[in-house]
Amino acid sequence: MIQFLKHREAALGVIIAAMVAAIGAYAPAFVSLDNIIRVLNDTSILAMLALAQMMVILTRGIDLSTASTLALAGMISASLAQNHPELPVIAYIGLAIVTGIVLGFINGSLISFLGIPPIVVTLGTLAVYRGMIVVYGGGNQVNASEMGDVFQSFPKLSVFGLSTLFWIMVVVALGVWLFLSMTRTGRGLYAVGGNPVAARYCGIDLPRQQLLVYTISGAISGLCGYLWVSRYGVAYSEIASGFELTVIAACVIGGVSIAGGVGSVAGTLLGALFLGVIVNALPVMQITPFWQMAISGAVILAAVVVNARAEKRGVKLILPEARRAAGAAK
Amino acid sequence: MTLSSTSPSPQGGGPVLSLDHICKSFPGVRALNDVSFTLNAGEVTALIGENGAGKSTIVKILTGIYVPDSGEIQVGNSPCSFSSPRDSWAAGIAAIHQETVMFDELSVAENIFMGHMPVSASGLVDWLQMRRRAAELLKRIDADFDPDAKLKQLSVAQKHMVEITRALSHEASVIIMDEPTAALSRNEIDDLFRIIAQLKAEGRAVVFISHKFDEIFRVADAFVCLRDGERVGSGKIASVTEAKLVSLMVGRPIDQVFPKRDIAIGSTVLKVDGLSNATEFADISFELHRGEILGFYGLVGAGRSEAMQCLFGMTPALKGTISLNGKPLSISSPGDAIAAGISYVPEDRQEQGAVLPLGIRENITLASIASHVKNLFVSKSSELQDVRKLGKRLDVRAANWEQQLGELSGGNQQKVVIAKWLAAKPKVIILDEPTKGIDVGSKAAVHDFIGELAEEGLAVILVSSELPEIMGLADRVVVMQEGRIADIFTRGAWSAEEIVATATGAQKVA
Repeated sequence: MIQFLKHREAALGVIIAAMVAAIGAYAPAFVSLDNIIRVLNDTSILAMLALAQMMVILTRGIDLSTASTLALAGMISASLAQNHPELPVIAYIGLAIVTGIVLGFINGSLISFLGIPPIVVTLGTLAVYRGMIVVYGGGNQVNASEMGDVFQSFPKLSVFGLSTLFWIMVVVALGVWLFLSMTRTGRGLYAVGGNPVAARYCGIDLPRQQLLVYTISGAISGLCGYLWVSRYGVAYSEIASGFELTVIAACVIGGVSIAGGVGSVAGTLLGALFLGVIVNALPVMQITPFWQMAISGAVILAAVVVNARAEKRGVKLILPEARRAAGAAK
Repeated sequence: MTLSSTSPSPQGGGPVLSLDHICKSFPGVRALNDVSFTLNAGEVTALIGENGAGKSTIVKILTGIYVPDSGEIQVGNSPCSFSSPRDSWAAGIAAIHQETVMFDELSVAENIFMGHMPVSASGLVDWLQMRRRAAELLKRIDADFDPDAKLKQLSVAQKHMVEITRALSHEASVIIMDEPTAALSRNEIDDLFRIIAQLKAEGRAVVFISHKFDEIFRVADAFVCLRDGERVGSGKIASVTEAKLVSLMVGRPIDQVFPKRDIAIGSTVLKVDGLSNATEFADISFELHRGEILGFYGLVGAGRSEAMQCLFGMTPALKGTISLNGKPLSISSPGDAIAAGISYVPEDRQEQGAVLPLGIRENITLASIASHVKNLFVSKSSELQDVRKLGKRLDVRAANWEQQLGELSGGNQQKVVIAKWLAAKPKVIILDEPTKGIDVGSKAAVHDFIGELAEEGLAVILVSSELPEIMGLADRVVVMQEGRIADIFTRGAWSAEEIVATATGAQKVA
């Protein structure tokens, strides 16, 4: 049991379960099937963005522009729906993803070809992309009534009792998992972050990796742009403002090391779920939104402390009895 | 893929790779000047030279990290140019690097195959095949660890084995080994040499870089000697003597081992009793006297550095007592140890000793900065006084005292790290592998200096894996094996065979 809990994913899972149980004891409605489904739906976008962010952080980078990319892609997609409500939904989704790819590619190009640090580039594009929403939309917003039914109904369609939004997240998560664990490029991301010099000796091309990873991050942010706008039924310049910080928080809670090279799909998903549960539980517990931020912040700090402890110098097993004990534990 | 299928013609084959008039300059430095040599199939070529002679630059050119300014590389009979490590592999060149350049968080198998993982027809990584091949390769060099283990769980020596396995996985026709034995124990070195013999028999060309002459004479067929970026000699190893090689390297004959100074041993300074932690060492008890050099010998991974780090307060002890000049000490941090008068010069100067982006002055006063504070601020003139004195004494060669440490050679960096700890005015100084990876000339200077410290009344603990160094300098030798003190030998009443046998645990079997 103790051995099991040493896996951070398992430990995090247990903490979330305990938290849900505790909240459920206080407010039984929270653990109803309907509400759990609502929490899962609510967390899906955060989870996808966190997965994209995780891949970026693996390479020792960061993508601060993810929420701005989401907002701009969402706005462009909503405008298409406003002007051409007759198109199939795939056109709106496709446009959002393509927009995300272009924006992500711009980030990646600046970082990999010009060698500018990721935090600087994406801090810049965070402002630029959001500013472009105003330029593009002339400061107007697109309301639910203007988007058309096709645009809005797709993420809410129910498949096997869960929304398409949720299933899209599952597909993205599986895709990211497959990419990270089963492709040379994916494994290379861990190498680049873990030891950039060694990775270079292994023939892994860091600029190419960066270009790819920021483009993927853009693509997923773009997809989430469509999902966000269609789910909340409004597109304007301030949607998801500041959400990049929540995304990064989900990664950190999920055990992704900001120093690069460490992170898993399962951990990141749980990190997102953890925040999703908190955000949804606080109103149930009648805690004001003002406290929500403080509590989220405290949780992030706690996660960092746990991470820092876990990353402490590995103890070597030199004494014969210690080796035997470790062998027996296996 | 079998080994022989991609191998060049066996034993005594012709040239596999040649360098023709290679030149490479960096801003302000001419790293290589008109260097030419040829590697033959089935031959081990030792590449020798002092630190800064240009060996690493050659390795980096051969592995596609640097592109030469002029000159030509020929593989087989066709000219090649490498613009990336991938090009270099494709030409059949693999390298085991000086520093372990690996991925701590990934598995052994992934470390071996990073950059060239086997993929199945679908384009996905074939984990089954990767594990199986990793296990086969590990078995070939008798490494008994799990391909699924994370690299961070392995010891330094085991990590080195992974690197060797990695080079084997390339099925390369040229294998470059840059100080492959630096972290290996005697048994592991024997293993490595067996592997090298196997590679030779398969017709591969091996480049062997080492500072240890006994190894060079044992394993090499030919040599190429560099000095200041130029080739100063080459030929068959059978045609030269060690003395000849040393004089080629340094350009002058040199005494390798300094005579032991005659120093009166004083009263007990440090007394360690029953020092233990949970998994790394147990029951470490010894006394250290004024003017004494106490050697700590053992195989790599015997727990010597770990015990020293605990003594220095870097890691907590489970039990045991430490007293200095008869007074019990409670050391819970390096700060406590420094204040009590214990200094520790760590083994890995790149990671634990030197702050490369800082200047020489800032490095030297790092551990003693408090003594330079005058009226709330650090007095630079007070700092410079110490720095000048120590820099001169240790013969640190630099343009000026503000020069960045990263710009100095390895030997000079090591001197600065030692100067830092002397600036803290210690009573006990612990030197952990002080000459690891530095050239013959700097080594002699460090040995001489250690004697000088003892002469001044310092108590010195010398952790070293080099037996001649320990036997040349120490008054007594503590031999550790598997985390415990196996025996303590006294100068005059020891033999090299006895010490090695104790360290390897062979004694108990006999």
